[in-house]
Amino acid sequence: MVLAGAQPLFRKEVFRFWKVSFQTVAAPVLTAVMYLLIFGHVLANRVQVYDNVGYTQFLIPGLVMMSVLQNAFANSSSSLIQSKITGNLVFLLVTPLSPAAWFLAYTGAAIVRGMAVGAGVMLVTAWFAPPGLSNVLWILTFGLLGAGMMGTLGLIAGLWAEKFDQLAAFQNFIIMPMTFLSGVFYSVHSLPPVWHVVSHLNPFFYMIDGFRHGFFGVSDVSPWISLAVVGTSFVAVSAIALALLRSGYKLRH
Amino acid sequence: MSAISFQQVEKTYGSGVRALDGVSFDVQPGEFFGLLGPNGAGKTSLISILAGLARATRGKVTVMGHDVVDDYAAARKSLGIVPQELVFDPFFSVRETLRIQSGYFGVRNNDAWIDELLASLGLADKANANMRQLSGGMKRRVLVAQALVHRPPVIVLDEPTAGVDVELRQTLWQFIARLNREGHTVLLTTHYLEEAEALCQRIAMLKQGRVVALERTSELLAGTATTMLRFKTDHTLPASLAARARVTGRFAQVSARDAGDVEAVLAQLREAGVPVEDLEIGRADLEDVFLNIMTESTQ
Repeated sequence: MVLAGAQPLFRKEVFRFWKVSFQTVAAPVLTAVMYLLIFGHVLANRVQVYDNVGYTQFLIPGLVMMSVLQNAFANSSSSLIQSKITGNLVFLLVTPLSPAAWFLAYTGAAIVRGMAVGAGVMLVTAWFAPPGLSNVLWILTFGLLGAGMMGTLGLIAGLWAEKFDQLAAFQNFIIMPMTFLSGVFYSVHSLPPVWHVVSHLNPFFYMIDGFRHGFFGVSDVSPWISLAVVGTSFVAVSAIALALLRSGYKLRH
Repeated sequence: MSAISFQQVEKTYGSGVRALDGVSFDVQPGEFFGLLGPNGAGKTSLISILAGLARATRGKVTVMGHDVVDDYAAARKSLGIVPQELVFDPFFSVRETLRIQSGYFGVRNNDAWIDELLASLGLADKANANMRQLSGGMKRRVLVAQALVHRPPVIVLDEPTAGVDVELRQTLWQFIARLNREGHTVLLTTHYLEEAEALCQRIAMLKQGRVVALERTSELLAGTATTMLRFKTDHTLPASLAARARVTGRFAQVSARDAGDVEAVLAQLREAGVPVEDLEIGRADLEDVFLNIMTESTQ
């Protein structure tokens, strides 16, 4: 019942980003390739993270996951804030769609965009240095959970923000630092002890570490620990998003 | 069962503004009902509560017997809302917009009805145009089509003709009148009182969140000052008349109770030496009734 209700909104949200796919899919792929070319070139002979894994190879899963996370967040948050500011959210507010249908549709579409961008980054960057595939199931699990969690965080940010600059602040001061400090470009083992501990408080670290485990079969922490942290975080942010939608937070006055 | 029922509806916003103060009235199935009031009277708050865009602080609202809070899905399926603001989704074409809106209401394979709506509202040749390419009037027509795409039995039009040209008004009212004849209930808010007078069978007037009049349109017109003197003048009216006159530039309107009162008004103008042009004596219209009621409810 809820799934049937969510379907039209999910399709519309996917259709929306696909209509501007040059901007929503192709551009992030290009950005990730730039990161790979620059960091890979500069650090290739200076950093050795795991045995038998070159730095460029190490970098690719991190860049893929970073792209998945940022684009999943961007999809739900930008769609909601645009609809709120332009006023066309009224077309959705007057429908019989339940809060659960809203949640499934926005999060589902965010996962689709995140995974589409991730697949694009993977395809292009793997051409430079194929990273290997140790366990596809871990890759898919962490990819989907990470995208789901970030799509849900985007939904919360979109509900909370009333202006584009509030959303930009959320993105620039919370999402970006947590993503960059999660081990995309390095292994947390190379950090000083204090920052090593701080990194373990960042749920984004577990998303990227678990995702990377699927490629190399080695990681900074056990993928099961990462799964527990990411799964629990996803459930927690989903509960918050659903509660906000049910209460009509900043939607129904 | 009423098509729409408001029972003791109160709304106080977080800022402390009391927008609605115990509003109660029913709209019967098949009725063309007008909701009038000055800016800030509470019309949009009332409609927002009906549509689920806002929540009442107290009271109960139903659409076709379905509570708008406890049974919101059934209530919203019964309701088509044409919002006041000219809003649209810039990503989609007209047809895509209407298909998406149908989907939200669980209506699939709706192209036959969408085509009929497009034809009836003069949008057939714009079906594949992006919403951004449409003129304001065209966008307004799409708003109407969006409200009707799931064939709701109750239609709410919140100032649908604000700022639109005469041609669209005619097209829109012909179409809405047809839907009303076919059994749809229509709740209309408008600032064009001649529209309400021509279309609405019953009218509620709101002022400061309260219902100050609720009657059949014909009874409202019959129950107030029935005669109006309308004339042009370049002079200031005598104080005794200025208090009861409505002056717009050179145009003045003075209400009169009966023929004797008409004579008294003319005598006062003569005594004050106020020359008048184009004098007309006619029946009061809804605008006069509206202004009288708003003035009386202030006193």
